[in-house]
Amino acid sequence: MIELSNIKKAFNQNQPNEYWALHGIDLSIEAGKVTAFRGPSGSGKTTLLTIVGCLSRPTSGRVRFKGEDISGLPERFLTDIRRQSFGFVFQQFNLIKGLSALENVILPAFPTGRPRSELVAKAGDIFDQLKLGHRSAAKVEWLSGGEQQRVAIARALINDPEVIIADEPTANLDTALSKEFMAILEGFTAAGKTVLLTSHDPLVVESSAVHRVVGMRDGRLTEA
Amino acid sequence: MRIWLEKQRHLIDFTLASLARRKTKNIGLLLAYTLLVFVLASLTLFTHALRSEATYVLAGSPEVILQRMVAGRHDLIPPGYLDNIGRIRGVQKKEGRLWGYYYDPVLNANYTFMARPADEVADGHIMVGNALARERGLDKHNTISFRSYSGKLFTFEVSAVLSPDSELLSADLVLLSENDFRSFFEYPAGHYTDIALSVANPQEVRTVAAKLASALPDSRPILREEVLRTYQSVFDWREGIVLTVLAGAILAFVILAWEKASGLSAEEKREIGILKAIGWETGDVIRMKTWEGLLISLTAFLLGFIAAYVHVFHFGAAIFEPVLKGWSVLYPKFRLVPTVDGLQIATLFFFTVFPYTAAVLVPIWRAAITDPDAVMR
Amino acid sequence: MLFQPAIIALLMAAGVAVLMLLAAAPFAVQVIRHWDIHSGSERQLALERRTYLFSTLLSFVMLAQLAALLLFVFNADRLSVMFVGAMCAVGTLNVNGYGFPSLIAQMAVFFLAAMWLAINHVDTQARDYPLVRIKYALLLLLLPVLAIGFWLEFQYFSALKANVITSCCGSMFSGEAKTIAAEASGLEPLPALWLFYTSMAAAIGVALWHWRRASRASGYLLALSSAGGFVAAITGVLSFISLYIYEHPHHHCPFCILKPEYDYQGYWLYIPLFVATAAGLGAGATQPFARVPSLAKIIPAISSRLSGVTAAGYILFTALATWFVLTSNLILIEH
Repeated sequence: MIELSNIKKAFNQNQPNEYWALHGIDLSIEAGKVTAFRGPSGSGKTTLLTIVGCLSRPTSGRVRFKGEDISGLPERFLTDIRRQSFGFVFQQFNLIKGLSALENVILPAFPTGRPRSELVAKAGDIFDQLKLGHRSAAKVEWLSGGEQQRVAIARALINDPEVIIADEPTANLDTALSKEFMAILEGFTAAGKTVLLTSHDPLVVESSAVHRVVGMRDGRLTEA
Repeated sequence: MRIWLEKQRHLIDFTLASLARRKTKNIGLLLAYTLLVFVLASLTLFTHALRSEATYVLAGSPEVILQRMVAGRHDLIPPGYLDNIGRIRGVQKKEGRLWGYYYDPVLNANYTFMARPADEVADGHIMVGNALARERGLDKHNTISFRSYSGKLFTFEVSAVLSPDSELLSADLVLLSENDFRSFFEYPAGHYTDIALSVANPQEVRTVAAKLASALPDSRPILREEVLRTYQSVFDWREGIVLTVLAGAILAFVILAWEKASGLSAEEKREIGILKAIGWETGDVIRMKTWEGLLISLTAFLLGFIAAYVHVFHFGAAIFEPVLKGWSVLYPKFRLVPTVDGLQIATLFFFTVFPYTAAVLVPIWRAAITDPDAVMR
Repeated sequence: MLFQPAIIALLMAAGVAVLMLLAAAPFAVQVIRHWDIHSGSERQLALERRTYLFSTLLSFVMLAQLAALLLFVFNADRLSVMFVGAMCAVGTLNVNGYGFPSLIAQMAVFFLAAMWLAINHVDTQARDYPLVRIKYALLLLLLPVLAIGFWLEFQYFSALKANVITSCCGSMFSGEAKTIAAEASGLEPLPALWLFYTSMAAAIGVALWHWRRASRASGYLLALSSAGGFVAAITGVLSFISLYIYEHPHHHCPFCILKPEYDYQGYWLYIPLFVATAAGLGAGATQPFARVPSLAKIIPAISSRLSGVTAAGYILFTALATWFVLTSNLILIEH
């Protein structure tokens, strides 16, 4: 579903502090499976995820998504694809303070111009699935860590994406909540979604929910 | 189309919530903006009201006033001058007027004395303007004495005080009978101060004036339209001067707006990064920020304008009065007629909303191009 | 004379627009030289981000220009009292030789900006920004036009001196004077009517045709017929519509219909007219690029939508003009 050919990414190009985060990645990601990326910090996992998830463009190399070459697409179209097909769950959750859980969840759908009532109804469904219904009106800064994560996941689901990308999802959770998270992951797979995640956590990497583990070091793949 | 509308609705929702979340920062800007609009709107409304007032006031004055000049200075109209004009087509009425200035040492002010027909003012009586009456404590049936320029004392009884509605014109006016006028000023018999002519068709006024000037080479016809033009010029010029002085204030405001828009806190930058990461593109962020600017502009404009309206028409524009009304000892008290028109509002827009928008355009763009992947780290 | 607030505002607006575009010019040059959509280098990404700035800037300039146009005409009307012989905006504009050229320059800027925005919109809909270099080259061409407009406006205002005898619309628009405006208004009512309705019908017809089946040929024709429609409309206003609105057989002024005493009928006529012409010209402006592969489907779709706007605008204009004529108390043509 997602194919990467010779992906390279540089920061601060042509400046004294030029830094290459990725040195030529070739990767093929299957649909409907959970793929985990493992590696020390600075290995380029997060950068790779941003490229796969259409959050940024590679400095060179090709990315194909469902057969279409998206590496040269202008931001407008890249964002369109990202909005429709990808849902992000960040390590820091990155919820907007001062807004309620509901507001945060429907935010990604604003540019689509769908009516508010439709979005609220959809958010309601997702909240029910994630057992968050009772907290939908609460401001996010008052939610517990686990609740915040579930709101972040709900937000990733509002546009019905095919791919969920999660960066260090269990880093801020205890064992019980981590297990809960893995259960949600299995639910995604059952629903036919593709999942990509990065993690240090053995609970995640060695879990049965994960179908494939990809190792990275210094901007290169180590095990496929 | 519906999608576009819904999208704008969403963006406005978010903008409002966003503005509410950063009240302190936005209140400061809003206050400065409102103040600017207030000051400029007060200025515009006031000068415009004065201009309109001048127009109304002059509407009743004769179309042509003929004066006689001797060696370049205004002189009296001799007897028979009136008849030399003869019949000029288009002139409906011509009458000789008698008026002059009197200096009152009590108030250190100049009054305008004017002669009126006997059926309006009887001998021995005068009608005075409201401001004069106020300053000298005069009322109906009071008596007042004036020492003429020849040293004689004349006493008059006040038969009426002119209505305050006409105060702008009549503030320093004293109306008396022709006989009284001539004896008070020892005016040469048969002479008049000037001649007032009424011309029905405004398009013919210049032709009439030209005919007068050629028939009477020592005369100077003064056209009402010229007076009107001059007043308009003076008020325009005064308004322009004050505006130029305020240019510094506008510049300061523009710099403030720029600073506020550029100085995104880390929190704000993070928020925009999040928005872009979850699916908003640069254009959406620009649109959202534009709505923010628009909402602030509209609120400031509305509040500022309403405050200015109240300030000018209910409180008499206390701040600008001295500069714009001009210098005088006898200030007429008059209520300004509330007039608002499209041109004013449009000009006001150009002096407030336009510079604000121009100032925040680039900062908005800079904020909107925040890289989303910075948020991932 | 220069100290009138509206004049200061207008000069400031024009000046700011010129400055903005001037500051943007070096970036435009950069885009033209270094643009490469297939590169993912940081420079390319920076250039792409900067394109957003240009669209925003130009939209701002266009909106401001539209508002400035209105203010310019209003103010000219208001200032007419200062000039001997001037009864309305026409007199003010005639005070010196820069008045009408300045007005025409401002209208030109408005229409050119509209055309640029149409091209820009079409370009952003395609997946590979095919027109980017052309777009920014055109932007660089727009700069001198704006500068000339500003210069003309400045010359006009600085040379404005009250008390100068000028002609009022009566003598400029009367049949005897030898100007184009006079020619237009000197037409007899019946031929003027025919000319007007046939031109408008042609403009509406082409617009509807392009709306139904957009093609390059009809697109070019649309631009021509829109320009023609604009000229025909203004001529119509001058030669007979204004007469009916004023209910006066010799009052031809195109600006007095904006006044409140005529119920602002001028706005109802001019706004649809300007929008329609801008849309038609915009649609025509995109036609040269219709053969570019990535735009092959996009341009017809967008230009046909613009064409719909053109048709609607012209229909509204013609209908309203006809209504004003029919409901007027003036009778010019016996039947």
